[in-house]
Amino acid sequence: MKRSTGLLVATALGLAATACGSGEPAEPAAGGAAKVTITVACQPAKSAPKERQAWDDDVAAFMKAHPNVTVKSTDQQPCFDPKTFGPKLAGGQMETVFVVPVTNYDDVIAQGQAKDITQLTGEIKNWNDLRQDVRDLVTKDGKVYGVPNVHYGVGLVYNRKLFTEAGLDPDTPPATWAEIREAAKKIAALGPGHVGYGEYSGGNTGGWHFTQAIYGRGGSILTEDGKKAAFNSPEGKAVLQTLHDMRWIDNSMGSKLLVGWESLMVAMGSGKVGMMLGAPDVVTDVVGKFKGNVADYGITGFPEAKASLSGGEAFMINPKATPEEAKAGMQWLDFRFNTPGKGRFDYARGKANGNPVGVPDNAVYGDSPTGQAIQADRVKNASLPVANYDPYVKASATIPPKAEPVHAQEIYAILDVAMSGVLSDKDADIDRLLADAETKVNAVLAAKG
Amino acid sequence: MGVLRRNLTAYGFLCAALFCFAVFAWYPMIREFILSFQETNLIDPPTWVGLDNFEYAVKYPGFTEAWIATLQFTFLALVCGFVVPFVVALVLNELRHARAYLRFVVYLPVMLPPIVAVLLFRWFFDPGPGLFNQILGLVNLPGLAWLDSPHTALISLVIVSTWMNMGSATLIYLAALQNIPPELYEAAELDGAGILKRIRHVTIPQTKLILLLMLMLQIVATMQVFIEPYMLTGGGPAGSTVTVAYMMFQFAFTNQNYGVAGALGMMLMIVLLVFAAFQLRLTREDKA
Repeated sequence: MKRSTGLLVATALGLAATACGSGEPAEPAAGGAAKVTITVACQPAKSAPKERQAWDDDVAAFMKAHPNVTVKSTDQQPCFDPKTFGPKLAGGQMETVFVVPVTNYDDVIAQGQAKDITQLTGEIKNWNDLRQDVRDLVTKDGKVYGVPNVHYGVGLVYNRKLFTEAGLDPDTPPATWAEIREAAKKIAALGPGHVGYGEYSGGNTGGWHFTQAIYGRGGSILTEDGKKAAFNSPEGKAVLQTLHDMRWIDNSMGSKLLVGWESLMVAMGSGKVGMMLGAPDVVTDVVGKFKGNVADYGITGFPEAKASLSGGEAFMINPKATPEEAKAGMQWLDFRFNTPGKGRFDYARGKANGNPVGVPDNAVYGDSPTGQAIQADRVKNASLPVANYDPYVKASATIPPKAEPVHAQEIYAILDVAMSGVLSDKDADIDRLLADAETKVNAVLAAKG
Repeated sequence: MGVLRRNLTAYGFLCAALFCFAVFAWYPMIREFILSFQETNLIDPPTWVGLDNFEYAVKYPGFTEAWIATLQFTFLALVCGFVVPFVVALVLNELRHARAYLRFVVYLPVMLPPIVAVLLFRWFFDPGPGLFNQILGLVNLPGLAWLDSPHTALISLVIVSTWMNMGSATLIYLAALQNIPPELYEAAELDGAGILKRIRHVTIPQTKLILLLMLMLQIVATMQVFIEPYMLTGGGPAGSTVTVAYMMFQFAFTNQNYGVAGALGMMLMIVLLVFAAFQLRLTREDKA
């Protein structure tokens, strides 16, 4: 048995480390501009040598263009790990530029763990082309705390090959929950191991997907003022009832609970899961990390969607960074992440390196001139069957985005219980599960004031 | 001075041990104690909040359930993890052949990294092609949901925990059994005692102290169960495997609420201190 003392040790050692790195005064360079060293997160792992080389080339090109800046990369995977986030900040180990998923924006900003970069947004040349609603997510009380990097809405990812095998038309994917149920039954009937519809139930992913589903049905997690739970509603009940019926009446969801992000990705990559709620990045990950066959996967709009949970990530600047470091960090973000045809938007290089190019996995620039340029370049260099993603692109344009609830992670942990409740118990009392979760979420909100 | 020089090596070893304890045990404990009375974002200076973190933890939904799950796990883990290794040790002690090999086999799980053992059991418990349900199928029994049902998830974790940890306990019991004078068994046999009576009237009284010590140690260890729910169930299904240590982890590393995590840790530590005090008392009685 591993001791919880280990957890305490890990926490305390993180706290024990002394601050270093960021916050040191900049030295003047011979050329006039002050010399500055920044650390940047998200360098690809050594197991992806081509992507890593592309990153290193970008670092070299950036340093050549900015001779006063030295860039040091870190390759922690995943880039953002909530387990190490706080201790890294406290111990001075946090990069000058780090990434935060949309789920954690509110908490990171509220806790003062990101620098106010309002005066530095001009360093991002295309700042005004970033979608306003996406910029709003990293803005609090008129102050900007992040540079949105990825943004997408949720759709329905499906396996076209399984659709064909089950006698379904992959070019007309389900558009309603009733059609999803029917399709799931036919896919599950293909034989042992086949799952019509996959869904999460633990590790906070269950609550996350409950939120996706209830938003799609027009419901909410919290009231407008964010002070009370609002999911114990007809929409919330419909989410759980549908899952319960698919699991226990249709028997189209398999018999295994899926806990944590990887579990469903692995199942999807195995080619035996027909459908799941997900954004286009699911296709990228299933193909790139879980050995899925790229031609098999398509994505369509969220069924009967009234709203779509916003997904994505933003880069933020270490609150301990000096003004010079913060400025250099923003210049790096502009160079590597926000310039069409350069850095991550160098799709020609990506295609040559064998990266999956063509998935519409980032709507951060929307339909702005920058967004259009990026989209044209992506289609031109596509290595994936872009036609498979057209239904999603068309549907998403009409679905309004909706942000995560405040205190998302704590609420998701509570909603996990309701999700796993209906997926693990044939006789689950849906009303009671929702009422219990409502009581708990209200207690959390009350305690937080 | 001469005494000091003679014992220099001993002092050197002592300093190294003290340093390790100070850095890896005492400092974290003191830091956690302080943290439990603070609110901090780990960047700005922390704020003293008195007992607010304790109050928050106690009122937090799921607090009572986490303690109940922890106590249930501890009880079940003791029933299995205390009795099974003792029985295995008795059997190993009676064997005349392949003793070394069987001892190695029993101890093998302890040598496996916990993560490997847990991943192995994830496959064993798989409700589809998993080993356990395949075995049940061979004898025409219906498969179980194991980790996927709130009714069986906790006991499934107990099975993993017992398998992972029984090797060490078995070897300790075995050492204790081998210290029992054989004359006692011979006398019992001459008096007509069967195997159960020999165990009851010779083995258990002779190993009583070790049994009590192991009981205390196992209570302290099992109440801190974390890796099994973290790796296998994520606290589910339906919250049935959220233990206090798992909840502490959630507060610290998911919710970034280090103060409340510290408060929960302090509560757990106080409960465990009671058992540790029993253990110390037993040790002292042994020396006396």
